[in-house]
Amino acid sequence: MGYHWNWGIFWEQSPEGTGTYFDMLVQGLETTLVTAALAWLIAFVVGSVVGVLRTLPGRVAPAIATCWIELFRNMPLLVQLFLWYFVVPDLLPGPWGVWLKQLPNAPFITAVLGIGFFMSARVAVQVASGVEALPRGQRAAATALGLTGPQTYRYVLLPMAYRIILPPLTSELLNTIKNTSVALTIGLAELTARARAVQEFSFQVFEAFTAATLAYLVVNLIATLAARWLEDRVRVPGFGKP
Amino acid sequence: MSNFDFDIVWQNLPYLFLVGLRFTLTLTVLAALGGVILGTLLAILRQSGGPVLSGFVAGYVNLVRALPLVLVIFWFYFLVPYVGQWVTGSPRPIQVGGFASALITFIVFEAAYFSEIMRAGIASIPRGQSSAGQALGLTHAQVMRYVVLPQVFRIMLPVLLTQTIVLFQDTSLVYVLSITDFLGAASKIAERDGRLVEMYTFAALVYFVLSFAASRGVQRLRARYAVPR
Repeated sequence: MGYHWNWGIFWEQSPEGTGTYFDMLVQGLETTLVTAALAWLIAFVVGSVVGVLRTLPGRVAPAIATCWIELFRNMPLLVQLFLWYFVVPDLLPGPWGVWLKQLPNAPFITAVLGIGFFMSARVAVQVASGVEALPRGQRAAATALGLTGPQTYRYVLLPMAYRIILPPLTSELLNTIKNTSVALTIGLAELTARARAVQEFSFQVFEAFTAATLAYLVVNLIATLAARWLEDRVRVPGFGKP
Repeated sequence: MSNFDFDIVWQNLPYLFLVGLRFTLTLTVLAALGGVILGTLLAILRQSGGPVLSGFVAGYVNLVRALPLVLVIFWFYFLVPYVGQWVTGSPRPIQVGGFASALITFIVFEAAYFSEIMRAGIASIPRGQSSAGQALGLTHAQVMRYVVLPQVFRIMLPVLLTQTIVLFQDTSLVYVLSITDFLGAASKIAERDGRLVEMYTFAALVYFVLSFAASRGVQRLRARYAVPR
């Protein structure tokens, strides 16, 4: 191959003047993790609310939840980020839009909101399927005991539902981390964007991408192990795997 | 919002659909076909390829699924010219077009996801069927070809199609290579004419309508094609 390898590149100063190329990648990884953590918080909270709405009796609440899920599931994440970044500020009343456009860290805020809402639809589907997977008798028994609707969810349905959906929720968390890379299109300096920048400054494309790949693998591994530990920890005796 | 200009969308419809959407749909269909074929091969190798080969396939599938698609797109964009050089023995890296690069990337990337679907499908066929096939004197390949895979494709068709809808949405990421897919076309007009609100809203609408209609179609198919048990 006509490619000149140079693994020492990571310890050279980057032309940005803020440290070595390695530092650039580390900062990128930090941005990826912070963005993913906040987006996951939004996805988890909003997704849980929407998922619960979907399982409520009656017609209105499930219909609202279905609209939310279909809306955020049927547009590519990249398009949703563009909507939040370019379109929403224009739709807001004048001063609000200007304020939003001039935020210094607009790409970060947009990425957190955009990825958070995008993932919330997926979390909602999981939460709803977790609640629906429970025997119908559980809801009836809670009602018979005199629990109110919110109490039924808080003390009976959700604790079991979350345990059932822990494995799929873990992969949604991993998806959230991976999806932060899409935000490089709106200028977020996350890991993939920083690997690209290393490549553009130094022309050492494969070293930069290898480092980013390894970082994603390690993050993935840690998240997977943490989820497995959590699964063991919260297991209810008599349910699930022995 | 008061000066939303529908005209800009109307004037550029031919470009958006005949150039942009055509690219997106061609890429989606070819990548889905290639991805399902490669994914099926991977699933078979993983299930019955011996410890080394199946370990290698498992490693590949897990590696690809751990990486963001954007990074994989960049990887292949830079890697494919060198691989082409190596394969053809040419003195310098081979220039491949955006379409070829994107197609290779999506086939190789989606194959990992399709192979997991096919693997679940193969696992869902009772083992007795393979044993019965072998008792009848069929080879392993024949058992796969005539007994197992026809059922797996039928059981997994809705899941494969749902993954294809995900693939359709994911193709928008070729935007990072400045390729004129549907979103790329919308974005080029948006930036040329300073009409970001109109073009991105329209692009979102088209993606929504197509994905929504397709997923409704898959739901109906799921109900109709369910294998009686």
